[in-house]
Amino acid sequence: MKMTRFIIVALLVFATGLMLPKVVSNPYYFYAGYVVLQYVVIATGWNILGGYAGYTNFGSSAFFGAGAYMAAFLFKALGVSIFVQILGACVVGMLLGLATGYLTLRIQGVYFAIATVALVIVLETLVHNTEYLGGASGMTHLADPAPAWFGGQTQYVFCIMLGLAVAAVVLARWIEVSWIGRGFRAIRASEPAAEASGVPTLKLKLLACALSGGVMAAAGAPYPTYTSYLDPVSAFSLLIGLNALAMPLIGGTRSWLGPVIGAVLLASVQQLATVTISSEFNILAVGLVLIAFVVAAPEGLLGLRFRSRAA
Amino acid sequence: MSESLLAVRDVRKAFGPIKALGPVDVDLMPGERLGIIGPNGSGKTTLINCISGFHRPDTGSIVFRGEDITRMPAYRRARFGLSRSFQIPRPFLGMSVFENLLVPMDYCSSAETEKEEIERVEQVLESVGLVERRDHPAELLSQLELRKLELARALAARPRVLIADEAMAGLSEAEIDDVLALLLKLNASGVAVVMIEHIMHAVMRFSQRVICLETGKIIAEGSPDEIVASPQVQKVYFGEQTRR
Repeated sequence: MKMTRFIIVALLVFATGLMLPKVVSNPYYFYAGYVVLQYVVIATGWNILGGYAGYTNFGSSAFFGAGAYMAAFLFKALGVSIFVQILGACVVGMLLGLATGYLTLRIQGVYFAIATVALVIVLETLVHNTEYLGGASGMTHLADPAPAWFGGQTQYVFCIMLGLAVAAVVLARWIEVSWIGRGFRAIRASEPAAEASGVPTLKLKLLACALSGGVMAAAGAPYPTYTSYLDPVSAFSLLIGLNALAMPLIGGTRSWLGPVIGAVLLASVQQLATVTISSEFNILAVGLVLIAFVVAAPEGLLGLRFRSRAA
Repeated sequence: MSESLLAVRDVRKAFGPIKALGPVDVDLMPGERLGIIGPNGSGKTTLINCISGFHRPDTGSIVFRGEDITRMPAYRRARFGLSRSFQIPRPFLGMSVFENLLVPMDYCSSAETEKEEIERVEQVLESVGLVERRDHPAELLSQLELRKLELARALAARPRVLIADEAMAGLSEAEIDDVLALLLKLNASGVAVVMIEHIMHAVMRFSQRVICLETGKIIAEGSPDEIVASPQVQKVYFGEQTRR
């Protein structure tokens, strides 16, 4: 599908989503749908660095948490709108991605992954010790009332998250089909060969870190508005990092569609498990599904299609 | 004598206490076919890694097309016309043959439009005989096709110099002939080729000039006949009883 047509379809999806508050009356669907869409954004962001460029990031929650806290900070300090909060979170995520990339991209594989976990701990510790951000006990975040058209705060943040998901997917798709995406995939396959083909590997990896970080932080920005409360344990939860990794692996990391499929499947199962079994079942579900895919479909659901086509 | 396209001067490289290369001086003329031979560990790969930018020499200089490229990163050397292939093929897995060639086209080529880019890729595929494999995933190529893909990718960058690092290793005699014919065709189009190879008859057939390295130093340099006749080369590389 051509990029222009893809954008039109994406905008149609967004427009349809905007109509949902007028059609669906039960706010729970928006409450659960928000989480699914949030993970679409996180998984799509993760996949830019982890999937396209092949650098596994275990520290997604650092970016998500940084975005959430940046949004809360901007609201508390300046009272800005949620859109400015998202923009601020995105900028912080990109800068954090650049800094992390600059410090860690010379190391590869498992060492890079470990370094990203350290980032979560560092940021969480910083927030724990910052009184202005509520410290360890967290902070309340009483956002401005949602515009009347949406019928409630939950519906409003759902639509905002849908917009973010559409934007993230369009960005991922554009990267995938562009020279940047080919450069990322060349890096993933072989950095020396990429360099020998004229690909500026370090610059592209920094770009991947910045874009990935920006998207994941943007996913965190509406979180304080969604929950009305922000604490470091939930904002920097390792479950977010685990999901960010598991979802693209389940769907497939080669294409923008993989993280979307993975996020919709896994997040839906988690939401279902939360209301039918227990919220603790989430982690077990992620673990079991991840093991099953690593064994049976290491390249995810889309990889199965690729494999059957190649056979 | 015309000016060197590539001039390596007093280049040395050590890895900790191990002196892997140097001092070495090498010249490559425009359109020349240069063979580099030597036993394992003699410094061949270290030399081409220094030339192509994958190692930074400890001392010395490398001048290419009149510009000092000693500290230039590898990707910029590729864009500047210095391409290399790898001893073990490193295809971009997860991409088709066509996409593999789009990468150097994207980053090295001066093609202005997508149409020009695609035409150029088609030309390269045609020249290496991979047209029928155009849309195949790189994972599914045979060893010979992978070698060709490696060369094709280097070619797509429009090089002035192509460094072929053991491009024929592991191939059958017929396949070696195939790759040799390809390299000769490339050279005929004006690309200077540096061939690092252990398959002696291929190096001798291909090269106009051969350099033999031993423990990081050049021990002999000359025409293929002179190299084969060199007592030093025979001693360290061919063995005392070897005949041509």
